This record gives sequence, structure tokens and C-alpha cells, in this order.
Amino acid sequence: MVENDRWGLLLAHLILILGVAVVVFPVYVAIIASTHAPGTFLQGVMPLLPGSHAVENYRSVIFEGRSNAGAPPIGLMLWNSFVMAVLIAVGKIAVSLLSAFAIVYFRFPFRIFFFWVIFLTLMLPVEVRIVPTYQVVANLGMLNSYAGLTVPLIASATATFLFRQFFMTVPEEMLEAARVDGAGPWRFFKDILVPLSITNIAAMFVIMFIYGWNQYLWPLLVTTDDRYYTIVMGIQRMVTGADSEPLWHLVMATVVLAALPPILVILFMQRLFVKGLTETEK
Amino acid sequence: MQTKRMTFSSGWLPYLLLAPQVAITLVFFVWPASQALWQSMLRQDPFGLRTTFVWFRNFQRLFDDPHYLISLKTTAIFSLATTVLAMSLSLLFAVMVNRMIRSRDAYTTFLVWPYAVAPAIAGVLWWFIFNPSVGILPYMLRGLGIDWNHRLNGNDAMILVVVAAAWKQISYNFLFFLAGLQSIPQSLIEAAAIDGAGRFKRFWTIVFPLLSPTTFFLLVVNIVYAMFDTFGVIHATTEGGPAQATHILVYKVFRDGFVNNNLGSSAAQSVILMAIVIVLTVVQFRWIERRVNY
Repeated sequence: MVENDRWGLLLAHLILILGVAVVVFPVYVAIIASTHAPGTFLQGVMPLLPGSHAVENYRSVIFEGRSNAGAPPIGLMLWNSFVMAVLIAVGKIAVSLLSAFAIVYFRFPFRIFFFWVIFLTLMLPVEVRIVPTYQVVANLGMLNSYAGLTVPLIASATATFLFRQFFMTVPEEMLEAARVDGAGPWRFFKDILVPLSITNIAAMFVIMFIYGWNQYLWPLLVTTDDRYYTIVMGIQRMVTGADSEPLWHLVMATVVLAALPPILVILFMQRLFVKGLTETEK
Repeated sequence: MQTKRMTFSSGWLPYLLLAPQVAITLVFFVWPASQALWQSMLRQDPFGLRTTFVWFRNFQRLFDDPHYLISLKTTAIFSLATTVLAMSLSLLFAVMVNRMIRSRDAYTTFLVWPYAVAPAIAGVLWWFIFNPSVGILPYMLRGLGIDWNHRLNGNDAMILVVVAAAWKQISYNFLFFLAGLQSIPQSLIEAAAIDGAGRFKRFWTIVFPLLSPTTFFLLVVNIVYAMFDTFGVIHATTEGGPAQATHILVYKVFRDGFVNNNLGSSAAQSVILMAIVIVLTVVQFRWIERRVNY
């Protein structure tokens, strides 16, 4: 601190507390709303203190959902989201580790060409090629399956770049020593490179899990069968599906359930999360 | 691009290692993109019986279409507003947190978690808060004599989606600004203080210019985010309405392709969006090269 100014510091705290309040506010409101009885919302503005129907509301969304409106229970959607997030995270990491290994530890024709092919994925997000990608997935018969939900999203330039960057910093002596001991490429990869990258893998996992969990457009396109709905896209069905005013207490309970897992991941693995986030952009 | 000094020699192994990634990229990225390019020059008759090759007529039609031009303008306003709001707030928070010593980690924890919230969920959260009949903000705004209704009023709807989109992006920007601030040498700031520069002067003449690489990087990232990743915010809340007031380009591609079944036009729009992403990606990577040479 350059100078000691007490009022400035106080002002800074004040701004930050206000900022934190604004950031936390929407989720606070959602949690509060999810604890009230349906009637509460008919009387006008929603209350700001918790109600007494929390257990009831959550039990109802998890096990029943809006089955009367043809939607599956939230429990199944949560499971689908979880499967999708884990498969995408593991898949991206596996595929990227292998290709980074090839690019850094081998010299072969068309190496640069393959590097650019991988780089292309950055330039072609799903959002800009919605219809043709849908057609490809439909032609391959991958609609309404976990494969369709995950495989097309598994190619990852950012993860490949991160691992490439990291492999470049691994000392040359590691490879020399491994070769003296008679290790082949696969042995070196499995017993030396992967254990060395374990922190990076964990950081990547955190980022990619959140990425997978939060997918919206993709599951919207490839699932028409409600058994494969994920929670983030399922909410949209709850909000806009009915003509009447949405059942806010149930919608908000679903929102809380949908947002909680990735938030918990960030809160408990904050260090890995920050590492993953800042290093993928380098 | 360099490799290790010492490498393995194997004729086929590297190709095998690259195969999964390259196969997925070719099948799900390159092929659909080339399809979009091809379809953007075709036109189907309304019954899908005949397809004719029309060169660039789809693009021409697009730029003659007032709806598309309005959507372009809407996208520009939306991205700019989201970027400015998200970046200015997070810079403010980062500068303040950077002054703290003991409470730094606590504030950081509270400010980073919205990153985990999906754009669609962020949209639904703010949609609820702004809901004309049960929401809290319209209730308070009524007290001020403002009649809020984002279902009827286009400006209200725009404010709603901008707030939701910016709210989610604050944590990302905050982390990068904080990292940028921490890399500024303390000695420079102390020197300026000795020369008698006050807090504001120090910020605008030293901190802000030194932060400009971070700011520029975030500018690109935020524009990309606002243009492409906010599909969920729009689709889950306003659905482009009222009267197309929040019909951003990505949402229009989706609507024209899946709801209106206008494949040629949707493909042409995809091609334009691809061009925008490619330009933004190149700009971003050029910047990274420059920073490395710094």
C-alpha cells in the first residue's frame, strides 16, 4: 500500500460488498423462491425470506418433475448432464493428451498440417454451423444418444495447446533417461508424461466439466427423446413449454439444482479452476 | 513450430495418436462447415423437390432483407453493451480487490462462481427477477414510476438480456484483470506516488495503460462470448422478441434453419458468422504473438 488512506479503503470495501451483493442476488432469489408454496406467487411480488416448502418442492421436481406435462423427472436430467459432462471432460483430455504427445515428441510429415486442422476447431464453434452439423449427426444415426451428445464436442484445440505447452517445458533429460532405460513411446507416455501432467489434467477436467455441464444449444439439437434431456436445456422446456405463468417454485428449484454442481466444483477446486482458466488462454 | 531435440521415430504411431482428434474434427467441424459453404449457394423450392445453384444470390438476398439488417444492428448493440458492462464492472472490482490484503481471497471466491452458471440459467434467473408480475425489480421500478414490461417493450427486453449475459461474464473478466493488475510492478506505482500523483492519476496514467494487453484480449473474448455463447440467454427467455428486439444473429440462424426451414438462407448466415469468428480468432492470436515478443 502506497499511502494509508482509511476512507478510500472503506469505500473500496463498500463497492465490493455491493458488487458481491449484486453477483449473489439472483441465486439468493432463486433459492428463496424454491422454498415457497405455489400460492405465494399469485399474490404479487415474491417474498425475500425463505418459506417452508423446500423439502416438498425439491422432492417433487427430482422424482416427478412435470410428468403431467410430459417432461421427465429432474433426477434423470441431472444424471444425463452428469454423464455428458464427465464423458466430454474425459474424452477431451484423452484425445488432447494423445495429439499433444504426437505433435511434441514425434517428427513426421504433415505435422504442421495436423496442427492447423486441430486449430480449426477454435474457428468453427457449433453456433455458426448449426444446421449442417445437425444433418451430419442425424445421418450417422447419433440423435438421441450419449454418443451424439458428447463425441462431436470432444475435439478440443484449447486442451491440446495447453498440453503441448506443458510438454514443451518437460526437461529433455526425462526422455533421454527413459530411453536409456529402454522405454518405448507408450511406456514413456504412460509412466512419465501423464503422471507429470496430473495437475494440468485436473485443472482441465474442472474447466471441461463445467463446459460440458453447461451445454445448451447442442443437446437442444440432438435430443428429441426426453430420456436424453439434460438439465440446462430441460429448464427451457419448463419455462416456455406451458402457456400459463410458469410454476415458479418448481422452476427455481430446478434452476438451483442445475446450477449447483458446477458451482460446487468451482468453490471446492478454486485453485485448479483459476489455473485451468488462465492457462488455456495463453 | 518446434519439437523436442530428441524425438521418437516411428512411421505410423504419431498418425495413430492424432487419429481420434483429427477424425472428430474432420467429421464434425470441417465437413459441416464445407456443407454450409455449399448450401449457402443453393436454393430449394418450398416443397423441397428441386434444388438450384444460385451462386451468391442467398447472400445478396440476405443483405437486402431488412430483418437481417435489423438483426445485425441488434447484435452489435447487444454485444457492445454486454462487453462494456461486464468489463467495466469487473475492472472496478479487480482494482478494489487488488487493494485488499487479508480479504482478497474471500472477495475473489464470491466473485468467481457465476462462471459456473450456464448462460441459459443466468437468463432464467434474471428473467424471474425482472418478471413483470412476480419479479422484485419491476416492483421497485413501479415505485419510481417506471412501468417495466419486457414482454411488450423491446428496450426492456434488451436490458434484460444484456444484464443476464454481462452478469455471467463478470467473473471471467475479473480473474484476468486481477492477474493483470498483480503483474504490474509495485515500484512504478510507488515512484509515481512519490512524484505526487494521486490515486486517480496513477490509475489512468500507469495502471490502465499497462493493463491494455489484458483489456484488449478481454475485449475480443467478450465480443465472441456475446455474439455466440449467449444463444441460451436469448432462447430460454425472450426468444428473440418482442417484435424481434433481441433477435441476435446466432438466434436467427437457428430460427431460419430449424423453425422456418429456410436452409439456403440459414447456411448463408452461417458462412457470414464463420467469417466473423475467423477474423476475431486471428485478431486474438495475433495479439498473443505480440505479447510474447514484448
